[in-house]
Amino acid sequence: MEKVPILKMGDILILTLQIKLHDKMALRLQGDILEKISESRAQSLVIDVSAVDLVDSFIGRMLSDTVTMARTMGTETVLVGIRPEIAITMQELGLELEGIHIALNLDKGIALLQNRGGVRYGED
Amino acid sequence: MEKIKEANMNSNSEDVVAARQLARKMAEELGFGLADQTRITAAVSELSRNIYLYAGKGRVVIKAISQSTKKGIEVVAEDKGPGIPDIDLAMQDGYSTSNSLGQGLPGTKRLMDEFEIKSQVGAGTTVTIRKWLT
Repeated sequence: MEKVPILKMGDILILTLQIKLHDKMALRLQGDILEKISESRAQSLVIDVSAVDLVDSFIGRMLSDTVTMARTMGTETVLVGIRPEIAITMQELGLELEGIHIALNLDKGIALLQNRGGVRYGED
Repeated sequence: MEKIKEANMNSNSEDVVAARQLARKMAEELGFGLADQTRITAAVSELSRNIYLYAGKGRVVIKAISQSTKKGIEVVAEDKGPGIPDIDLAMQDGYSTSNSLGQGLPGTKRLMDEFEIKSQVGAGTTVTIRKWLT
């Protein structure tokens, strides 16, 4: 099974979800993310879904669960890059990403984390 | 253009991905826009996942259809699994017996133009969905 790379940039973990994520892979990825958080002690996580062609109920739930789990461990997550057609489909499917920080793209996601104090540079 | 595509579900979560890729390809070939392609793909993902989760095995048949002047896509997802004892309940938002959030069936119905479900306990379930090109 392919592995999804999780990059570390300063205090932020960055994960770009790939297109063909099947259920088993998604669940393993969830475990990988939590392990990476634990080992890196990153304060923030950005999940970029701009390369994802579909968020169905399973992937939606996995994302939402992962964010909650990461928060339980002390790491804030921002979801970025939700494409218009994905937003439409999620809405009609009834998927809600309540309580999840969302930004338009990677830059804005990182800016959001910085404003929230999730990422600290120098004085704080 | 191939008018019928079929995905066999064989107790593997990768089959769900294969079924939805067939659906997207067919939707694209038929001329559906990106939003409708994604709706159709999501609907097929939900139906094929239901087969994977509840029945294990089954098949998803994706067809180009036409009715007088309109053209569309039809997907039939069928299995010989345990069947659904209470369809009304299964069609309610938030109901699920597999802890998967339960958006599956009502969500699929909202994504498509037409939705029909037949199920018999112990015999299996067949869901037929259609979307028309507008």
